Amino acid sequence: MSFIRVVYVLWLRQLKRYFRSKPRMIGSLGQPLLFLLALGFGFGPIFQKAGGGDYLQFLTPGIISMGILFTSTFTGIEVIWDKQFGFLKETLVAPVSRFAIMFGRTLGGATIAMAQGGIILLLSMIFGFRPMSILMMLPAILVMGLVAIIFTALGTAMASRMEDMHGFQLIVNFLIMPIFFMSGALFPLEGLPSAVITITKLNPLAYGVDALRFFLIGTSHFGILLDLSVLMILSFVFMALGSYLFSKMEA
Amino acid sequence: MGPIIEVKNLQKHFGSIKAVDGISFSVKKGEVFAFLGPNGAGKSTTIKMLTTMLKATAGELRIAGHNPSIDPNGARSNFGIVFQDPSLDDELTAKENLLFHGALYDIKKGLLNERMEKLLKVVELWDRKNDLVKQFSGGMKRRLEIARGLLHHPKILFLDEPTIGLDPQTRHHIWNHILELNKSEGITIFFTTHYMEEAEHVADRVAVIDHGRIITIGTTKELLKRTKKKDLESAFIALTGKGIREEEGSFIQNMRLRRRVMRR
Ligand SMILES: Nc1ncnc2c1ncn2[C@@H]1O[C@H](COP(=O)(O)OP(=O)(O)O)[C@@H](O)[C@H]1O
Ligand SMILES: [Mg+2]
Repeated sequence: MSFIRVVYVLWLRQLKRYFRSKPRMIGSLGQPLLFLLALGFGFGPIFQKAGGGDYLQFLTPGIISMGILFTSTFTGIEVIWDKQFGFLKETLVAPVSRFAIMFGRTLGGATIAMAQGGIILLLSMIFGFRPMSILMMLPAILVMGLVAIIFTALGTAMASRMEDMHGFQLIVNFLIMPIFFMSGALFPLEGLPSAVITITKLNPLAYGVDALRFFLIGTSHFGILLDLSVLMILSFVFMALGSYLFSKMEA
Repeated sequence: MGPIIEVKNLQKHFGSIKAVDGISFSVKKGEVFAFLGPNGAGKSTTIKMLTTMLKATAGELRIAGHNPSIDPNGARSNFGIVFQDPSLDDELTAKENLLFHGALYDIKKGLLNERMEKLLKVVELWDRKNDLVKQFSGGMKRRLEIARGLLHHPKILFLDEPTIGLDPQTRHHIWNHILELNKSEGITIFFTTHYMEEAEHVADRVAVIDHGRIITIGTTKELLKRTKKKDLESAFIALTGKGIREEEGSFIQNMRLRRRVMRR
């Protein structure tokens, strides 16, 4: 069937581009690891003293989420590159549904981000992270996939409305960074001022971080049912939004 | 049967610029039709509207019976296009670019491999098929773009300055292949070019466009008769005047942009 074939080649293209760009691979793994080591060992003693327990245990799900957030948003935004280099035209004049194109791209970006999350998880175990159960790592990987889909689709949606890469820095500073910092990736949500709690409740990544903590270390702030419901609903919503905006794009 | 391309009073405005200013023409099935005009005349803009890349400001369009703005995928399944500006994926190999195209147009695997080999040989890139496109020269990229455009055999083939920057031998090769497709499969060819002898040689009919309007349309013979000139180049200059036109921005700017982005 041609729909599946189209989705497949777009998925494959994303993977090839990623694995051929060594700097990008190193960067997307190196940055989270740097955060994990610097913060994990730097704040570990204070966290322990304050009664929070092992900070590395707490931090690892947050850093995995961070890696996924960055990689997936960037692969989504990459559509802008395709537009500037002209390749977008090749896909847009083809007699295939815009949804198939967007869907294939998004799955490709999400696959990369998810794999990267898995790799960070394995590497963190070298540095002393201990998941509560090996079996629970499977649903954790699934959660990574959902988070990856949400942010790849969000990246695509934003890129569809951009003319060039000039807005990119703005997006990083005023969207990605706040999403990361206000997700509970670095600190526990318990006992925070209610204004901060409200903001994190509106942050999709907070539910991803929380669900990962549930499956990896057995604690959860929102409750796993709420986490999973929010993540699944948002995957659909952002995919729909991304497809709609992408279909309006002119090469 | 009616014409395969039908255009009535087509217009495209960019702010105050009337890039296409009310043109009408039609192309018969199986025809080789040349669209000639100086830089900035509105050729590419017309092609973009015909190929669903731009929405027309006003006017009527039909591509094999489909209205591109109402039924874009209907129109898309009837044409192929070689763009004026680059549109390859530099991070993929030549072969991967063609396989990607084959998947988009759902060409069967066997046929796809057969055509890929034939076309890569026509454009003399067969021994470079596994190289990344970013390692190609400008001319090689151009040849690959053409090969890709000819991969699926559509009813209509749009070629926007396909042979720009290519040497005479390669141009000859490529045109032979295109004309063969035109004869054997009845593929309608709609192309633009700045090489007048190319148009004179291959086109059944020629339209001359300037400032977004069609000045004249007919066979080369008819144009020569009307302008009382001996060759198409003199006729073209007689029709569009001697003034030099600004070098068209898009291609050059795009190349500059590429370089800038690469450097980052
Ligand atoms: N996206 C655009 N925005 C503004 N002006 C444009 C755009 N595309 C083309 N034009 C203008 O429309 C005119 C026709 O351009 P084009 O169709 O590319 O000419 P050509 O005949 O050389 O292919 C030119 O004046 C060009 O500057
Ligand atoms: Mg042009």
